[in-house]
Amino acid sequence: MFKRLSPPEATNEAVVTFRFDEQTVTARPGDTVAAALLTSGISICRSTPVSNAPRAPYCMMGVCFECLVEVDGNPNVQACQAEVRDGMHVHTQQGARRLTS
Amino acid sequence: MQQCDFAVIGGGLVGSAIAYGLASQGHQVSVLDEGDVAYRASRGNFGLVWVQGKGQEIPLYSRWSMRSASLWAALSQELFELTGVATQHHNPGGVHLCYSQAELANREVELNALAQATGRQFTFDMLDHDQLRDLIPEIGESVTGASWSSWDGHANPLYLLRALHNGIRHYGGEFVPGSKVNRIRRNGGSFVIERDHQTLTVGRVILAAGLGNRELAPQVGLDAPLVPNRGEILVTERMRPLLDLPTTYLRQTGEGSILMGDSHEDVGFDDGTETPVLAQIAQRAVRALPALANTRVVRSWGALRVMTPDGYPLYQASESHPGAFVACCHSGVTLAAAHAKCLAPWFAGAEAPSEITPFTAERFHVQTSIPA
Ligand SMILES: Cc1cc2nc3c(=O)[nH]c(=O)nc-3n(C[C@H](O)[C@H](O)[C@H](O)COP(=O)(O)OP(=O)(O)OC[C@H]3O[C@@H](n4cnc5c(N)ncnc54)[C@H](O)[C@@H]3O)c2cc1C
Ligand code: FES
Repeated sequence: MFKRLSPPEATNEAVVTFRFDEQTVTARPGDTVAAALLTSGISICRSTPVSNAPRAPYCMMGVCFECLVEVDGNPNVQACQAEVRDGMHVHTQQGARRLTS
Repeated sequence: MQQCDFAVIGGGLVGSAIAYGLASQGHQVSVLDEGDVAYRASRGNFGLVWVQGKGQEIPLYSRWSMRSASLWAALSQELFELTGVATQHHNPGGVHLCYSQAELANREVELNALAQATGRQFTFDMLDHDQLRDLIPEIGESVTGASWSSWDGHANPLYLLRALHNGIRHYGGEFVPGSKVNRIRRNGGSFVIERDHQTLTVGRVILAAGLGNRELAPQVGLDAPLVPNRGEILVTERMRPLLDLPTTYLRQTGEGSILMGDSHEDVGFDDGTETPVLAQIAQRAVRALPALANTRVVRSWGALRVMTPDGYPLYQASESHPGAFVACCHSGVTLAAAHAKCLAPWFAGAEAPSEITPFTAERFHVQTSIPA
């Protein structure tokens, strides 16, 4: 559904690999986690605390909080504000966070 | 010609509860609310329905709070059935945390006096650290103990406000936002309410404009010497349930956020926030629940309390302008049920509730005598 709009000279950049739940996802250095998930065809990143409805990144600029995920055990991280790193573990944020992660 | 039985000036919690009470009893009511530019405690408060510790100087205030607390569940249910809006009212009891043996002992003395002054209607228990931990497993080691009362609870004040507004409309009342009242004058047996481009002629007028009552009250022979007092609040991200019952400064909302309150600041009409104050509030919260140290704060705000010089409510009928009343208080959430069910009938002609007799402005007019 989502397509990269990269300048032609950017095509042979190095690749970053991370895990999203049970999947391996590849991204470009400098990608946000949200961008990497969307370009990999992953559109659900969390479920809401009150009704458990599925949610996806929306504003991509840090204001809507729809893109929450767990990053390396850290709950409620905004995926559109976090840069991808090699080997990072990203998990779906299921409902409200627990107090101690 | 009168266009309406009642005009309620101010659509915050106080005005809305009163207007809901009047409308539900079949009166024609119009609520005129200034809107978003005004100072509005009702949109920025902590949401406690609280009795514990209130009324040390005037025990009738404790009785008035208990009257309201005991009517709250029914009001909440009634509003839900009428409007579909749930106020999230819960009454699991509430605790006030103490951080030393001395503080705990003082608290017990104070609450004992209150229990006695109310003929033991107000009841409470003192909890040591272990008993408190049974109620709040995450409680911090530095909390020595707490006082607990079954009278206390909490609700979502914004849903309460919405439910009241919908309830007013349900009973045929009118809620008019964006309508600041500039002047009120008498015309024979009626009142003429002047707004920017409109006037409204009504039989009775109730001033429930919060801090705005200061300017309006003298126009109908009343006095409302109110002072703003700022409180700041922080809200965390939503979390799984961890705090089953409200405390004086911490509560978990129905959606899972933790509200951390609050401050008492004398800063005039400044409803902003200040980092050192917010930091103090956060530190106190983390001391009470150390696990909060890992959580994110998603919002903070300041709001101005509607305070009389002694902190107690002001309810008064005008003698010079019969049919005009003023109503304001510092605990508009707690007192919402009493305002709807007991105060509104008074404005419509019933006898005044016995609990409110001390709350006229005469108590602020101290007699000064010059020694000879
Ligand atoms: C930080 C904080 C925490 C609090 N915590 C609690 C709590 O836990 N429990 C509790 O019970 N209470 C609490 N309170 C108190 C409670 O919020 C207030 O008692 C209550 O909101 C007062 O309601 P009100 O309608 O009198 O005033 P407001 O909410 O100020 O409403 C007044 C309304 O009048 C309107 N107005 C003003 N002037 C005019 C005019 N000239 N013409 C037309 N309209 C006008 C304004 O638009 C406004 O909507 C707290 C308050 C604060 C600030
Ligand atoms: S997508 Fe809106 S905050 Fe991340």
